[in-house]
Amino acid sequence: MKLSVGPLLYYWERPEVFAFYRALASAPVESVYLGEVVCSKRRALKQADWAAIASELAAAGKEVIFSTLALMEAESELAALGRIVAGNVTIEANDMAAVQLAGGRPFVAGPHLNVYNGQTLRLLGALGARRWVAPLELDTAALAELLAERPDGMECEVFAYGRMPLAFSARCFSARVRRRNKDDCSFVCGEDRDGLTVYTREHEPLFALNGVQAQSAQVRNLIDCVAELDAVGVQVLRISPHSHAAVPFAEVIAAFAQAVRGQRTAQCPASALPGGYCSGPMLEARR
Amino acid sequence: MAERGAIELVCPAGSLPALHAAVDNGADAVYLGFRDGLNARNFPGLNFSADDARAGIEYAHRRGARVFIALNVYPRPSRWAAATAAVDAAADVGADALILADAGLLGYAAERHPEVALHLSVQGSASNWRALQFYRERFGIRRAVLPRVLSVTQVQRVIERSGVQIEVFGFGSLCIMVEGRCALSAHVTGESPNTHGVCSPAHAVRWQERPSGRQARLNGVLIDEFAPGEAAGYPTLCKGRFEALGSVMHALEEPTSLNVLDILPQLLAAGVSAIKVEGRQRSPAYVAQVTRALRAALDECLRDPAGYRPPAAHAAALERLTEGRSHTLGAYSRPWQ
Repeated sequence: MKLSVGPLLYYWERPEVFAFYRALASAPVESVYLGEVVCSKRRALKQADWAAIASELAAAGKEVIFSTLALMEAESELAALGRIVAGNVTIEANDMAAVQLAGGRPFVAGPHLNVYNGQTLRLLGALGARRWVAPLELDTAALAELLAERPDGMECEVFAYGRMPLAFSARCFSARVRRRNKDDCSFVCGEDRDGLTVYTREHEPLFALNGVQAQSAQVRNLIDCVAELDAVGVQVLRISPHSHAAVPFAEVIAAFAQAVRGQRTAQCPASALPGGYCSGPMLEARR
Repeated sequence: MAERGAIELVCPAGSLPALHAAVDNGADAVYLGFRDGLNARNFPGLNFSADDARAGIEYAHRRGARVFIALNVYPRPSRWAAATAAVDAAADVGADALILADAGLLGYAAERHPEVALHLSVQGSASNWRALQFYRERFGIRRAVLPRVLSVTQVQRVIERSGVQIEVFGFGSLCIMVEGRCALSAHVTGESPNTHGVCSPAHAVRWQERPSGRQARLNGVLIDEFAPGEAAGYPTLCKGRFEALGSVMHALEEPTSLNVLDILPQLLAAGVSAIKVEGRQRSPAYVAQVTRALRAALDECLRDPAGYRPPAAHAAALERLTEGRSHTLGAYSRPWQ
């Protein structure tokens, strides 16, 4: 099994982003996903910055993949997608617009493409997908069914660590809870390094707001399921970036690296985020 | 004056009486689902057998209305055979179009039933013309239902370049997330629109009376608490009251309904082909009232777009049918975003 670091879902400041990826160069992961998936207004890093980070990671032996925006609405967003695709890089397609533009070349079918059955998987495989990231909603049983039907050479990646990206909206929630609207957001999502936790009125952590994205408050942590996922044929485990305030990220990677080498007792350091860890696919499994 | 039929009114039916109500009150088309858990309104006691669907289609066709059949969940491998059987059954009963979301199922339908028109469901999450180009080129879709995430200007851009008819939501419950990409319900209940055709399913709802008020829970999670005397709404996850930044608020959205009555001329000018009414879970009486009001408003708008004003009596009738007695333009209006 291999490890990947998924795209940075939060809006961090430039120095923090550069430092994060510099540290990854020497981390025991095979793939690193770069780029902005959540909001096209976030432009602290230019495409040239991402290209520079990509060069450093590639020089360090990492497979670099550019993740594309999940919710594409504006012409400017399609134009930006066109520039990414023209850059002759491998992309993770998170919308069919990206499949349409990049089809025919190898790509990764991202978690937001809704691949739930073998027919859809084979269709994307015929268009160039060589890896796909399973939807969060697939439990291990459904995943096993699907893996039995996958085309030859199609790798399966599973979101194994991090607050789960559950939904996207036209509305910016980070702005809304601060009584702003999206056109006047002042990039307030940048204040929440790991998303803004939303609690029930009984103070149970439920969701985390991250711009136009809603996440789980709980951090999914599948480290105890590594052997089971390996057994059904999952080849890549995705670790989603979190800040140092949330968790010592290098130690999370180290723990997963031990787990994929067969150390069944490997454990992640505690998460400081409200909501803690959930081991099952969903909150349901936690109860 | 634009022709009637220049813009189609597409109304929901969860049962034969609802279908009759829609057709009798001026729907140009009715959409429905089978009783098989493979469509986005998988509610107990709702939906059609194949025989009911055939009878409904005959009723609609005799009165000049069309019928679309929705099969818009994403079937996992163990449900694949049931899903393809449902596609075959929908073609067999004579549906005028199939509303599908899953790319694999679209491929199956395009290959096996090339004579049946395909519509991309809102659950297909296509929010731009490039994605629609994908579905048009691969499967020959004729129409797409847009997720409720675009401003009117963006809807117009999509129409200009997509090469397919565009259907937009006009009235009913408001999904605030991109349809097909929302797993909030899965997170809390294990069931979602994508996998089970349900959001915040009724079997997971518990009401509890407390001295502080009435609590609405979903799988044990407190979604809202209503003070004595306060109107209590269904605990849809994204309409709950939660705590964020130290305040209790509707952190995602208030309980409110979508209503485009005020912007019909803009939608007409943008070139939309159809206005869709949400609510296959609603009663025949509801369907009749909403269809009647939107029919009157659309006819008025088609007769004189420049001088159009929402017909007051119909606007008031619709307002009484909204969630929380309030309505919104949702993402059609930039400030909402």
